[in-house]
Amino acid sequence: MGLFVAQLLTGLANAAALFLVASGLSLIFGVTRIVNFAHGSLYMLGAYVGLTLMNHLPGHFGFWGSIVMAGLIVGLIGVVIEVCVLRPVYRAPELFQLVATFGVILVIQDLALMIWGAEDQLGPRAPGLRSVVRILGEPVPQYDLALIAITPFILFGLWWFIAKTRTGILVRAATQDREMVGALGVNQSWLFTGVFFLGSALAGLGGAIQLPKGGADLLMDLNIISAVFVVVVVGGMGSIPGAFIAAVLISVLNVFGVAYVPQSTLVLMYVVMAVVLMVKPYGLLGREEKAGEHGQVGEVERPIRPAGLVGRSLVVVLLAVLALVPFFASTFMQVLITDIVIFCLFAASLQFILSSGGLVSFGHAVFFGGGAYVSALLVTYSETPMEVAFLLAPLGAGLLALGIGWFCIRLSGVYFAMLTLAFSQLVWSLVFQWGSVTGGDDGLVNIWPSDWLSGTTAYYYFTLALGVGGILVLRHIIHSPFGYTLRATRDSARQAEATGIDVKKVQWLAFALAGAMAGLAGGLFVFSKGSIFPNELEIAKSFDALIVVFLGGVKTLSGGVVGAVFMESVKDWLTRLEYWRLILGLLIIAVVIIAPEGIVGSLRKFGERIGLVKEQESMQ
Amino acid sequence: MLEINAVHSFYGKAHILNDLSFSVGKGEVVALLGRNGAGKTTTMKSIMQLVRPRSGTVLFNGKDITGVSPHKVAQLGLGYVPEERRIFTDLTILENLEVGRQKPREGAPVWTVDALFDLFPNLSERRANRGKALSGGEQQMLTIARTLMGNPSLLLLDEPSEGIAPVIVEEMAQTILKFKSQGLTVIISEQNLHFAKIVADRAVIIEGGQKKFDDSFDALEQQPEVRDAYLSV
Repeated sequence: MGLFVAQLLTGLANAAALFLVASGLSLIFGVTRIVNFAHGSLYMLGAYVGLTLMNHLPGHFGFWGSIVMAGLIVGLIGVVIEVCVLRPVYRAPELFQLVATFGVILVIQDLALMIWGAEDQLGPRAPGLRSVVRILGEPVPQYDLALIAITPFILFGLWWFIAKTRTGILVRAATQDREMVGALGVNQSWLFTGVFFLGSALAGLGGAIQLPKGGADLLMDLNIISAVFVVVVVGGMGSIPGAFIAAVLISVLNVFGVAYVPQSTLVLMYVVMAVVLMVKPYGLLGREEKAGEHGQVGEVERPIRPAGLVGRSLVVVLLAVLALVPFFASTFMQVLITDIVIFCLFAASLQFILSSGGLVSFGHAVFFGGGAYVSALLVTYSETPMEVAFLLAPLGAGLLALGIGWFCIRLSGVYFAMLTLAFSQLVWSLVFQWGSVTGGDDGLVNIWPSDWLSGTTAYYYFTLALGVGGILVLRHIIHSPFGYTLRATRDSARQAEATGIDVKKVQWLAFALAGAMAGLAGGLFVFSKGSIFPNELEIAKSFDALIVVFLGGVKTLSGGVVGAVFMESVKDWLTRLEYWRLILGLLIIAVVIIAPEGIVGSLRKFGERIGLVKEQESMQ
Repeated sequence: MLEINAVHSFYGKAHILNDLSFSVGKGEVVALLGRNGAGKTTTMKSIMQLVRPRSGTVLFNGKDITGVSPHKVAQLGLGYVPEERRIFTDLTILENLEVGRQKPREGAPVWTVDALFDLFPNLSERRANRGKALSGGEQQMLTIARTLMGNPSLLLLDEPSEGIAPVIVEEMAQTILKFKSQGLTVIISEQNLHFAKIVADRAVIIEGGQKKFDDSFDALEQQPEVRDAYLSV
């Protein structure tokens, strides 16, 4: 009993920081509709800034003062991010701002490394709260009790601000229809900036307040962000009390998970999220989302058409050059191009579902890694011949996508994205923690192709044929009746339904197809590297693909391919530098601001202007 | 008071307003008439700068407001009541009114929450209810009340009679006449010619984003061919 209570209290104390960060994210999302992936970075900055301040300011006042100041400083950093990075892209296609926030993550990571160094830092203990209290015989840190006592006040303060003040009313109104709020004479820009300040300050506060429990390190940004997303989604996006309930739920579950089922701690959180979203699709206290109710339906999609003569000739020339590469390029070059082609196929599969299907998946790497693991497991355990194992990669990934899709397709928009993230994390944590089968962190090794493909050049041609083949298949499908149907479901689900299209089924099949193509890329990948590790299906890999697709241009399949080539080549060159993340992050932000339609979109516009590409006829 | 000069507005590539010009004097109530798709709503949005005219100018009290942000336009005293009402359904009636609140303005009627509740007694009874609990007519009253909280000197009413019960349309007409007697300038877009005739001094008829008629209702009466060509009666 004593142990149970002590664990419960630990869970409640852990919920404090999680709630602060999550409520900040929820607030920002509610008003700006931006899913701020850099929110974890603000939390990390809060920890570092708080630590630095505490080292200079002594005593009670110094400690608590540092926490508050860390919050304020991080709030101001949030304002800088909002004004410099996000304001220029508010009018860009929805979710494009996402990519900008990825850039911010990279920049902050390197800045923190520059300023505070790579070593983990221990947080100071709170003055006057250094010892433990015995509760039912079990020791409970005094600081934990302090956190448990403080959190409800913060919750109440936030609730009061949102429910009772004029600014709070404006924030809620803007959450629903920000254009209308503007038309009534409220300056939205300042409202946005204010909300960003508050949300960021909450993240910073969260980072600083957990210092005595956790300290500061360079991994905390990505470590907390998935938990924060889970909390926000489980609680209901935009709901502060929901975030509180979910933070408590997840933290307490986590503590008990560590105690009783240590081998599945990571899985637990995502299982909870998946279950909640299946029962309450918009979270515990969330509100149903309707497309376009926020007064910002994007510009009407232009109809796509097959590439013209110029485009096709370019593709043919490019393919010819690629086919000739082994005759003049080094082995290294061939390996690099192999990697790029694989990544292109992966990105194209995401682009397909994202653009034609209008379904933004945050967890697409699960199918890439899933396909790779299917092959690797078959080779490792049943000595399946490479050819068969390879064929089963897209098949296995396709089946996985059918399974995951069945749950996810029922939601749309951000909730769909979050559910895909949850499932991909679920699979990732399974692979990561089920070491006896998957090798866990050590991965699976010795997965080599058959003899006839074992040479670099042979595998190069193999990859080229299947990679390009896969992309062409996707292209063909986009221009087939199925592609038209899919785009109909994207543009108007109701209208499509009324014309007799089974919307959910079409989306489900498209999702499975995208998964299978990602699995094909995964199969190519595992046999080219000879090994597979869990990081191939983790969040970062999914984000990589998203960045690439957005950077290249969401609207055309070539966008994914061009983005992938751009990113892989830039990375290959940049990673030789010490602070490559900083440069890459700034580069991403620059592309987002300068070319909001992505590389391909902007090139096309440029082409239209100088008359090289024929302008597309208008919608009428 | 308001001058629209040779305005061209687009939705994406669709050309909606094509060289539209008209003006409204202080204290006037002008009815903007035309069929569905004639460009009435786009005209309203172009005045409000919710749709930015690609060329042409909009002058308000002699000041060029073309390209100014909508919130600044609202702060200058233009009050916009959208066709789709767009009340904040999760906010209570009182909170909806609070969103619209602006400082009193010289040369415009000053509104308070109490004055608006006197004007719309239905809303008063339900002041603590959320917007989503209201009927269509009540929602329409709430949008108007919300905009009046900004103490506008010019009110843009986009199809206020659409989708509400005839009894309430009558009330609405009385309300608009009341505004007029207080010296408020109003532009009202309508398909309901009968309703427009009761409240407005002058009719501006548009079709295909162009002005086809601009004169009194008496003059319109004299030209039935105009009415038959551009209005669905």
